[in-house]
Amino acid sequence: MSTAHDPSRTSHYISDTYYADLVAAFGDWQRDENIVSDPAIRAAAEALVLREARLLDLHAYRDWLTLFAPECAYWVPGRPEGSDPRREVSVAFFDRRRLEDHVHRLSTGAAWSQIPRSRTVHAVSNVEVFRAGNDAPLMVRSNLMLSEFRAGDSRLISGWCAHRLAQIDGKWRILVKQVNLLECNQNLRNPSIVF
Amino acid sequence: MPSHPLNQAPLPIGRTNPDYDWDQLVHEDRVHRVVYTAPDIFEAEMTNIFGGVWVYLAHESQIPRNDDYVTVRLGLRPLIVLRDSSGKYRALYNRCTHRGATLCREASGSAKVFQCAYHGWTFMNTGELRGVPWPEGYASDLRNSCFNLAQVPRVESYRGFIFGTLNPDAPALADYLGPVREPIDEWLDRHPGSRVVVRDANRLKFHGNWKLAYDNSADGYHVKFSHRSLLEMENRFKADNEKGMSFYKDHPDDAPMYVRYFGNGHHFKDKRPNVEKRPGALWEIEGLAPGMEFFEEEIRKRLGENAPRALDLASSEPVNINVFPNLLILGNHIQVIEPVSVTETNTTWYATAVVDEDGDLGETVDLINAFRMRTQEGFPAFGEVDDATNFEEIQRGLAAPEDEWVYMHRGLGIPGRFTTGADGSITGPATDEVFMRETFKEWKRLMANPPAIEIRREV
Repeated sequence: MSTAHDPSRTSHYISDTYYADLVAAFGDWQRDENIVSDPAIRAAAEALVLREARLLDLHAYRDWLTLFAPECAYWVPGRPEGSDPRREVSVAFFDRRRLEDHVHRLSTGAAWSQIPRSRTVHAVSNVEVFRAGNDAPLMVRSNLMLSEFRAGDSRLISGWCAHRLAQIDGKWRILVKQVNLLECNQNLRNPSIVF
Repeated sequence: MPSHPLNQAPLPIGRTNPDYDWDQLVHEDRVHRVVYTAPDIFEAEMTNIFGGVWVYLAHESQIPRNDDYVTVRLGLRPLIVLRDSSGKYRALYNRCTHRGATLCREASGSAKVFQCAYHGWTFMNTGELRGVPWPEGYASDLRNSCFNLAQVPRVESYRGFIFGTLNPDAPALADYLGPVREPIDEWLDRHPGSRVVVRDANRLKFHGNWKLAYDNSADGYHVKFSHRSLLEMENRFKADNEKGMSFYKDHPDDAPMYVRYFGNGHHFKDKRPNVEKRPGALWEIEGLAPGMEFFEEEIRKRLGENAPRALDLASSEPVNINVFPNLLILGNHIQVIEPVSVTETNTTWYATAVVDEDGDLGETVDLINAFRMRTQEGFPAFGEVDDATNFEEIQRGLAAPEDEWVYMHRGLGIPGRFTTGADGSITGPATDEVFMRETFKEWKRLMANPPAIEIRREV
């Protein structure tokens, strides 16, 4: 990881190498033989994923951002089988700066798609933790049932998430959050929340 | 044998001419709320508008090889748009002639034949009935063109954009497009090989009438208000507001951009005059996006003095080119408006990518396209969501039946406000609603004169 640039201000780290590593890391990772058995690691990973969901539901976006590594990505692919973000647009592909853009936009008082803001419940289940090797980042799979209420309407969005986690200064942080929506290649109404 | 002729004329069923006095609904300065809310008007539009004019169906790059297809809709009609096995573009009704089931249930793919999942009737990708199971059970030979799939009788392309119409009296496509071809040409010609290819889309929908999206497409008046959060976001590191859509930051009518009405409902908001005409000028106003600094450094390192042109290819073209009723070319997107019901609309924002047609971009074309994907994700995520919310809130507001009128009279009656070109186009300041007024004149003409639409079954 480069530390020469502040990823909140400039986006040097989203490079062709980064994309290539990302696509490789999110390819074939859900292998039984890679399931982590260490209960302490599993508990830490699950706690982070649940905390992330809670902070989103509490609209605590500044705290939520601290769960991400400085160089991170939030990625909602546009195809159910996944897609290469170099080749295709995604429902969302945010780097650190664009995540902060999103949070900033919500704070302007003029983000009409979130005025009134959505009330959400991120229900997270079926958590499984994978690791390809002793020093590899953790890959956490979870199912997501996201209930949203806004402007008189309720809706349910569902899918599954893959969190890629690494320890930074002794704390588990999110390198990548990938959200695989069941409806990822369908027309979505007001996709202005973080899934 | 049935007593009716198999090829009789369509029965006079359907509401192509609901009982409205269109002159009472569409005035010079305002339209009645029911044009956005009445189910019978919507039903009539699906034939009088979406059957009567050339409607955008698909882009050639979505079906690059023979036998490739995509499924789309023409108004509410499910279609399979394809290149048949001989390379001819066709738009087949995605509806088995037997009992009406859709034949093809995939969004895209490749097929020489389509077999109905219900009773196994099979059709060639020309639309011709190839066979039915146990034909001896029919008293007459089904190999009669009346059992071929219905198809859109006229399908034509303009520089990669495939259109279809059910109206035998419609002019040739090029004539229907008329002068809007010029900005389309310019939009294409800035790319290597003068073309783009379509990629995946950002797909949105809203609970509102389809015309709210079309009305918005050349509207320079809403930007500073509807998109205030985006304007602030794009420029949060800059006190002097120079990124993205910042040419709306002051009075937009003081800027050199303009809005132009072309006729046939087509219009154009041209923001290019706000930007200097030199390589790299587009790049300089491009909003921040993931990987931007990596991309710029890499392109400058690899291409040197040719870098600005390559950087511009990843930047948004500052135009809104709107082809009535459903094609909006904006930035680098090909947006398609898809009516679902009187109060439901899909807007599908197809991304486009650059092709290294001239061979001078080399591997940098992949870098350009990777970053071009990121720039294209920005507006749907941070801009369109606010517009769509405002469209939905218009639809809520229009529920009030006795508050009848929707105004679009900005600029009307101000002397010297407009100029009329030799081609009949009307040009006005960026915030002017002249394009909406003119489009509704055309809408009224089409609604008051239902077309004699036709389908074809001969292959």
